[in-house]
Amino acid sequence: MMNHLLSIIIFVPLAGAALVALLFAVPMGKKARDDAARFIALLGSAIPFAGGMYLWLAFNGAPGAPMQYSERATWIGGMGIEYFVAVDGISVSMVILSTLISFIATIGSMPWWKRKDEHHDPSHPHFSEVKVPGYMAMLLLLQTGMSGTFAAQDMFLFFVFWEVMLLPMYFLIGIWGGPRKEYAAIKFFLFTLAGSVLLLLAIIALHYQSGDAELIAKLAASNPEAHGQLVARRVLVMQDGAWGYLLGDGHFVRRTFDMVVLAKLGQAGLFDLVGPFLFGVTFAKLMWVFMFLAFAVKVPMVPFHTWLPDAHVEAPTPISVILAGILLKMGIYGMLRFNWAMLPAATVSFATPVAVFGVVNIVYAAMVCLAQRDLKKLIAYSSVSHMGFSMLGMAAMTEAGISGAVLNLFTHGLISPMLFLIVGVIYDRAHHRDIDGFGGLAKVVPEYSAVMGLAFFASLGLPGLAGFVSEFLVLNGSFRELPWHTALAATSVIVTAAYYLWTIQRMFLGSLNQKYSHLPDLNWRERFTLYPLGALVIVFGFYPNVMLSLINNDLYRLLRMMKGVA
Amino acid sequence: MDILGSLRELVLASGEHGEHAAPLAVQAVKSAGYLWLIPFFPLLGSAINAALGLRIQRRYGRKWCSHLAIGAMVASFLVAVVALVDMLGQPAERRYLVDHLWNMLTAGDVQVNLSFALDPLSMVMTLIITFVGALIHVYSQGYMADDPSYWRFFCYLNLFVFSMLLLVMGDNFVLMFFGWEGVGLCSYLLIGFWYTDLEKAKAGVKAFVTNRFGDFGFVLGLFLLFWALGGGWVTKQGVTPEHESRWALADPGYQPKAKDGTFYEADRALTPASPPATYDEVAKLGTPSGWSQGPAVAVRGGVRVGPTLSFRELRDQIAVESTGVRQRLTSMTVLGVPVLALIAILLFVGATAKSAQLPLHVWLPDAMAGPTPVSALIHAATMVTAGVYLVARLNFIYALSPAAMTVVAVTGAVTAAFAATIGFVQNDIKKVLAYSTVSQLGFMFIGVGVGAYWAGIYHLLTHAFFKACLFLGSGSVILGCHHEQDMRKMGGLKKYMPLTAKTYWYACVAIAGFPIANGFFSKDEILWKAFTAGDNLLDPAIGKAIWLLGWLTALGTSFYMWRSYYMTFTGEYRGAGHGHGTFEAPAPGHAPPAAAAAHKLLPRLATHSLGAAHAGTFDQDVAMASVQVAGAGGGHAAAHGHSDAHGHPGGPPQESPRSMTWVLITLAVGCGATVLLGLFAPLGIVPPLEHWLSPSLLPAEALVHSRLSPDAGNHGLEWLLIGASVGVAFGGWLLARAFYKDAKSAVPVRLAASYPRLHRTVFNKYYVDELYQRTVLAASMVFARACSAFDRVVVDGVVNGAAAVGRFLCNIDGAIDKHLVDGAVNLFADATLRAGKQLRRVQSGRIQHYLYAALAGALVVVGINLLLR
Repeated sequence: MMNHLLSIIIFVPLAGAALVALLFAVPMGKKARDDAARFIALLGSAIPFAGGMYLWLAFNGAPGAPMQYSERATWIGGMGIEYFVAVDGISVSMVILSTLISFIATIGSMPWWKRKDEHHDPSHPHFSEVKVPGYMAMLLLLQTGMSGTFAAQDMFLFFVFWEVMLLPMYFLIGIWGGPRKEYAAIKFFLFTLAGSVLLLLAIIALHYQSGDAELIAKLAASNPEAHGQLVARRVLVMQDGAWGYLLGDGHFVRRTFDMVVLAKLGQAGLFDLVGPFLFGVTFAKLMWVFMFLAFAVKVPMVPFHTWLPDAHVEAPTPISVILAGILLKMGIYGMLRFNWAMLPAATVSFATPVAVFGVVNIVYAAMVCLAQRDLKKLIAYSSVSHMGFSMLGMAAMTEAGISGAVLNLFTHGLISPMLFLIVGVIYDRAHHRDIDGFGGLAKVVPEYSAVMGLAFFASLGLPGLAGFVSEFLVLNGSFRELPWHTALAATSVIVTAAYYLWTIQRMFLGSLNQKYSHLPDLNWRERFTLYPLGALVIVFGFYPNVMLSLINNDLYRLLRMMKGVA
Repeated sequence: MDILGSLRELVLASGEHGEHAAPLAVQAVKSAGYLWLIPFFPLLGSAINAALGLRIQRRYGRKWCSHLAIGAMVASFLVAVVALVDMLGQPAERRYLVDHLWNMLTAGDVQVNLSFALDPLSMVMTLIITFVGALIHVYSQGYMADDPSYWRFFCYLNLFVFSMLLLVMGDNFVLMFFGWEGVGLCSYLLIGFWYTDLEKAKAGVKAFVTNRFGDFGFVLGLFLLFWALGGGWVTKQGVTPEHESRWALADPGYQPKAKDGTFYEADRALTPASPPATYDEVAKLGTPSGWSQGPAVAVRGGVRVGPTLSFRELRDQIAVESTGVRQRLTSMTVLGVPVLALIAILLFVGATAKSAQLPLHVWLPDAMAGPTPVSALIHAATMVTAGVYLVARLNFIYALSPAAMTVVAVTGAVTAAFAATIGFVQNDIKKVLAYSTVSQLGFMFIGVGVGAYWAGIYHLLTHAFFKACLFLGSGSVILGCHHEQDMRKMGGLKKYMPLTAKTYWYACVAIAGFPIANGFFSKDEILWKAFTAGDNLLDPAIGKAIWLLGWLTALGTSFYMWRSYYMTFTGEYRGAGHGHGTFEAPAPGHAPPAAAAAHKLLPRLATHSLGAAHAGTFDQDVAMASVQVAGAGGGHAAAHGHSDAHGHPGGPPQESPRSMTWVLITLAVGCGATVLLGLFAPLGIVPPLEHWLSPSLLPAEALVHSRLSPDAGNHGLEWLLIGASVGVAFGGWLLARAFYKDAKSAVPVRLAASYPRLHRTVFNKYYVDELYQRTVLAASMVFARACSAFDRVVVDGVVNGAAAVGRFLCNIDGAIDKHLVDGAVNLFADATLRAGKQLRRVQSGRIQHYLYAALAGALVVVGINLLLR
């Protein structure tokens, strides 16, 4: 059973989605069907969540530990495409995070446990009560796409999951979203799709180059040591007079989609040997840029970020939670898996521009936050700002920097869902998100204020809470390599504090806006979603090793490899 | 017994000054597994109050909330005393208690342990925090007695003490920073405790954000230090160089049997077997789990060298000469600036924010919006001294950089003088004390800046007592006067509140520098050390200048403190008849006597009328003051309906409850008793505190062989300067007595009126707030709006523009499709149809037509044949 842990995590939600679809074949009333769909969705994300927690406990993060929970089966043998999933230190935290946040988001999609006096406007029904089976099916399908993306070790499979995830997201925003949902959904879809095209091009190109006999001969001539190592480790095998690769089941193929193998080839310098490609730009650099752009859209990197605020503002709360908590992480994750691991030499030459983009993200988005009036937009931009830290840390190529970058994915994946849930709480009650439209709420909703304070302070990097650790590691790690960039990025500690505290002041402090004198405080559904995240935020503040010990060694390994290339 | 022996040694320390020469060795430590209890109790108290406080308050009565908090403080204090006894039982060079809990994070060379450490320096701080903290908790019982959010107050207060203890007990920079920001958070929460008043809430935000400016400097300094300690230098001379072969780096081992998914073989060779620390104690501390995965480090001179965040490791690296770290650090430069100076100054930027020094002092006066016990505990006795503690803690770094020392000392001196002048003219009693705090913190920075770390810490200690006493006294006064903070509406309170008056008087004696209370001894030691700073500063003359400035400031201190005493406690009570908590513009009949006198004397100033109120500069000031008073303190509270359950409807002032006066008396006694700790260098004794702190402080003389000024041993000169100090204390007192006793003299008002512009400038704190408002804040808001507009208009404009262009092209495409492509197709179809229509006629069905056609065809064929032949 545990041998198939990853498949369970990936496909149980899919099975759930199928079950929800089957509900339409069963004659039952609308309410019964809605509740059945909700129940299936809860179960379908609770099982992967349990799997994720098991993975957290069972994953071996020791130095030199192998890839774990690997499953391989030939899928399209003729093209060398496999169903190949496994986790290592780079992906394990993301798989855990996606199961955790998906579960939280599913709970957040339930209309249960709410108070009687909420959502009293029948003309604008709450998203959780509209077309429920469809919503739940999409939510489950989305989970399959996300976990699959993080676990896939075959490029083709990765791409399939990548696209699988895109579609439900489009519908979830486009059908259950706010007033400008169509615009936001299409913007999100087109942006990501444009990136995907580039990614697909790069995937095919790398795939073809891996089977280029001349290229392999060139490698053997120019770097016999590397070539010899590839052969000795049977990454590259000779069969019937041709170089090729072995699939999991022992079959020989000329070209490979295997991401691990491609990383080896890239690290041996194979792709750097492809001659000048277009106007003197090398193949490796061009592919690097293609893939980087594809992932940069997802990060999102300024200036490709404007889909994010729109998508967030229109998306229903749980979808915002998933969007900020998991989808954004795919950008950084993809960069590490593809750009960093497969094209290390190009990465090293592009490191400084990446750092510059990271700093722009951090500072620019923080400044935009300072001028926001829409609470959800503010938090969306703060996500843009915080993802910049990951880019800066990765680009610095130091151990602390890269650990901080990946830890930042996790801590931001805890904090930003909390923030979006918090926005959802107030939006469900007041039906608007204008920061200046509130005032003095702390008097009426003390519990909500306290939770919001916790999330805000975590996000502004208060030591003792999760956000600080990753920021500290990134800044410390990058300062050595890029002192000026880091100093500029560190100014965001001031701006971030300013915009969060100012928001608290405008919404919660001062005299009460009488319009909201009867605002109900948190209900149990909201507690179920907010408190676990809050607890984790505190745990990570004092004991980040609980995740670092899983991810560090594989990141160091990646880094040593990059340093060796440089 | 050993402990008694140490005590005797401590009190009767008659050591010679030169005993510092020996201890520049590795710090020996003693494991003390109970240290975590000291911060734990307040944390527990805070957590319980946070989770259940409201329920406890409602169900069992509010006293249990405070009993819980006070119990936590007492428990914490008792454990601290146990630690003190434990420490006294150790020989001086082994007075370093360590309690390692767990390794918080390891990433590359960044290692952070959750470990607590107590050395003599942090021991002093811990005792101050827990003792004064416990007293202020007790006091708050009375002061906050009627506040509806009683439980919340004690929750925050306990949380603050926890953070503060983290700050002083953390054995590394990161844990210190946890505390550093934690106290900032609590300060924010407590300043804005009465958050329904937006002005108070804003003051909290201001405090936090201003401190973030400091944090920015602090973290950069820390990173720079971390960078300077590391680098190739360490590994090259240390253990294995990094891996030579590219493949050793690139490949962790690829397994051919890929089927089971095992790609990597164990690459243990890649993790350098880091030697466990050389301290023999480490094994006992149980830290190997933290260090086994550690970065490549070298061991030199018996010390692990390399980047570290631990204070002890850093100290050892610098103290032990054979590590070479000291040489390297002092010779390193960044951008042409000595790296140590840069590190020390950046860290000091953090200290200026936390300790309200120029130019980041602006938040502290506003912080007086918090309840008065908070002002006493956080904004006088403990948190604001964290910057001083930081410099003292890192004495071995500052000592290596005369430039940084000079910056610290000069900043302190200028701030001390600057804040004192503002104190001359403030009318809000808490504002006077706030500026006095800024000023006294300046004195502390002079102390640590000129290398007299112990004197700086001693002043910190004495200040904790006398300033806490003053603040709590002012709190008692404010409560007695029904939340009035304007001293012009007090007066004569000696009669109504005798205990408060006496303790306030004695605390004034202490801060003004009369040699019968602790303040004199600490301040005088600082000034003397500044005078004789010698090579500790860039130029010995700077030390002399600082002395002069400090001496003049001492005159000012004495003046403004006695001014506050006389205005508050002598003369006739001027507050009766005033409405509760709301300020009325001084109508003619209500003007304070001094003001009335002023107008008798200076009719020419009443040049124009301001409605019903008096006119002239003075009244503008009064009006301004009233706004500030209202914004700053409890006086405004009633208007917003919070906190003021003490809502006595006016009436004469009354003495505060016993729980409060008892605390005042204890603190006043402390002001006297702590004199013993500083007795008394000119008499040829090493003061006990100096002796006690010496293991924590590495004198610059030993580190860089700097020399003190030749005057250092000149006792005659020292006595002379002491005389001068006592002189200014008396001078300030006499001046204030003449001006303000019983509110008889009109001189102060006349002076203010003679120099209206100067007076207004000083009264408005030299307009620093306004300056920041118009420059930094305004500029960042403009920039933020510009960024936001750019995002909306340009970035999104490009996206939407691209979409519009795309749609436009598609429309053209569609038009082409419709009109051209489809047109062509349709044209063809039409033509075919039309042709068909025409051709249909041919199909007439008549046989003769067909025969004609066949004949015509045959003729054509024959014709063509003929032509082609």
